[in-house]
Amino acid sequence: MNATMGTLSDAATGVAGRADAMDGLRIRNFSGTVGEVTVANPRMRTRGVDVYYGDKHAIKNVTLDIGSNEVIAMIGPSGCGKSTFLRCLNRMNDTVEGCRVTGHITLDDKDVYDRQMDPVVLRAQVGMVFQKPNPFPKPIYDNIAYGPRIHGIAASRAELDEIVESSLRRAGLWDEVKDRLDQPGTGLSGGQQQRLCIARAIAVSPEVILMDEPCSALDPIATAKIEELIDELRQNYTICIVTHSMQQAARVSQRTAYFHLGDLIEVGETTQIFTNPRHKLTEDYITGRFG
Amino acid sequence: MSTPLLIAALLVLTAVAYVLGRRRSVAVSAGAGGIRNLHSLPSYYGSYAALWCLIPALLVLALWVAFRSTIVTELVVRDLPQEMQQLGPDRLGLVLNDVRNLTSGNVVSREVTPELRAAADHLKSLERTSAAAMAVVVLSLGVIGGGLAWRQISPRLRARNRVEAIVNVLLIVASLIAIFTTVGIVLSVLFESILFFRTVPMTSFLFGLDWSPQIALRADQAGSSGAFGAVPLFTGTLLISGIAMLVAVPIGLMAAIYLSEYASREFRAVAKPVLEVLAGIPTVVYGFFAALTVAPLVRDAGVALGLEVASESALAAGLVMGIMIIPFVSSLSDDVINAVPQSMRDASYALGATQSETVRQVVLPAALPGIVGSILLAVSRAIGETMIVVMAAGLSAKLTANPLDSVTTVTVQIVTLLVGDQEFDSPKTLAAFALGLVLFVVTLGLNVIALHVVRKYREQYE
Repeated sequence: MNATMGTLSDAATGVAGRADAMDGLRIRNFSGTVGEVTVANPRMRTRGVDVYYGDKHAIKNVTLDIGSNEVIAMIGPSGCGKSTFLRCLNRMNDTVEGCRVTGHITLDDKDVYDRQMDPVVLRAQVGMVFQKPNPFPKPIYDNIAYGPRIHGIAASRAELDEIVESSLRRAGLWDEVKDRLDQPGTGLSGGQQQRLCIARAIAVSPEVILMDEPCSALDPIATAKIEELIDELRQNYTICIVTHSMQQAARVSQRTAYFHLGDLIEVGETTQIFTNPRHKLTEDYITGRFG
Repeated sequence: MSTPLLIAALLVLTAVAYVLGRRRSVAVSAGAGGIRNLHSLPSYYGSYAALWCLIPALLVLALWVAFRSTIVTELVVRDLPQEMQQLGPDRLGLVLNDVRNLTSGNVVSREVTPELRAAADHLKSLERTSAAAMAVVVLSLGVIGGGLAWRQISPRLRARNRVEAIVNVLLIVASLIAIFTTVGIVLSVLFESILFFRTVPMTSFLFGLDWSPQIALRADQAGSSGAFGAVPLFTGTLLISGIAMLVAVPIGLMAAIYLSEYASREFRAVAKPVLEVLAGIPTVVYGFFAALTVAPLVRDAGVALGLEVASESALAAGLVMGIMIIPFVSSLSDDVINAVPQSMRDASYALGATQSETVRQVVLPAALPGIVGSILLAVSRAIGETMIVVMAAGLSAKLTANPLDSVTTVTVQIVTLLVGDQEFDSPKTLAAFALGLVLFVVTLGLNVIALHVVRKYREQYE
């Protein structure tokens, strides 16, 4: 771990290109990220993570803590690697051909990329919600019950019923679908489908929920509902959300991380990032000069 | 000028029309300020002239060739002596045959009378005139058509739109030919079947348990009852198709799952075409593979187990047919499995499902309608398959469910009924058409269901 934590001089040589933008700022690690990358009570920690797609270096030396019961937003222009980073956290990148991940990622101090770690078990602990709602073409009930059934979480049908109901309640969908649990999940509206996907992720009781632009395919009203839901879910879960909407990041998150071309440029309290960005690139992005 | 030569000349003429049309368009564009002021590209003007040169001439040529022999024969008959014209149509046909033989220098079956010689000369001169006239008419039509189109060429002529309209018509004609051919086949099978059902009642054909299509030619002939109960054929077809599907569906489906879900891209790129080669092997090759290799193997294995196996067994034919059908199932299923969106798999993986759980619980159910469609297409292929069963399953129409026995299928019986000399007023020959009709209805039904199922599946994700 110490090897990845660099010194000031490392940072100066590693990121000479933007030395001018960093004048007078405190640089915490050798990847050159501005701001506080660690937190007091981390749920997940990443240290010096690099991701390659074949020859393409998609994520460069990212070090970041994700605190318990916080919502952390990842923002940045398209192709900056924020979704790739998110998919490292539950090893979804394993399914991508030619993808290679180096560095350390831990969940509750257990190495996620360790040989001993079963990605199947990991993904039950680190759930994921995708950009486009992707309910299974199965009844709503079976959509929710899918995860619990696979992991043998429910001992009886009654218990399973309870998990389905509580998951749907937590996702704020219960009242809308309780009379049609036997109808296909694909028949719901876009916003309902996305909440169904969130309920499906909750049903296996994960610790962390990763959300990859969960509202980009939804209308403003459905988006508002999801955002409300994210805020409620923070009581019980740690949430990492990738978003293209800076307003959304500002509304739902406590911390914000700004990615640029595979580098983690700046991390900080959301209010600080949006009111007083310290890095020139962050400022340019949130003031809408590019992205 | 012979017809192929004429067509070649017409094609040359068309090429000339293209070049001239193109050149003229460039020439007229010079006066109007360059090619950019033409309505269409010069090649469209060329094509326009070429199509006008080719199509009317070709149409007339086709009509001429189609009606030439009828008209020429009619003219020859009119010049024959009175008593010959009085002959019945059959005998007149024989006379005309001799006339034709005489003109082409073949052996003639009767004494060459002066009348016959005169008729032959007449025929010869008529054919010569016809060929010459055809050449003149067709080529001049080509020149006129191309010339008129060529004269029309001006910067304002919408050659592109006109060419596209003509191409449109050609496309319609091409598809109509396919449709009318199908309709023609169906109607001919239908009419012959109706003739058959006049002699053999439909109920005894569809529900009769005894198939023995030999009809007694003489009253004292033995063993020729002429029973047309097709049930043994249906059960034989069902038995062999069933065995084939038992082989093809599991193997094909598992191969498809492996190829689409587990195999690396490189392996898939090699394995899929290789698997599809199976579909390219001629069925007659499968046939002798079944008859000479598999059937003895099955028999020996059966004997070793103490079973009585016929040397031509349904099992052997079914096994080989199953191998033949594997690519139909695997290739189509592979396509539908690949069409299941990656987001479904991602959703399952993200919930902590393993790959096999994902395949079983998400991918296969989502692809199921398409897989069913592919299986139905494979079934109709199995039912219609002939060569393998002719060679490996035997000919005896037994009503049995024993796969070790020799059975026969609908297609095999159609082949045996129509091989050799036939008389088209006998129910034995006509039975083939009735069987063909049944086969057609069944496979058509299966295809319709399969296409419907596949289409319904497609709508789900788009």
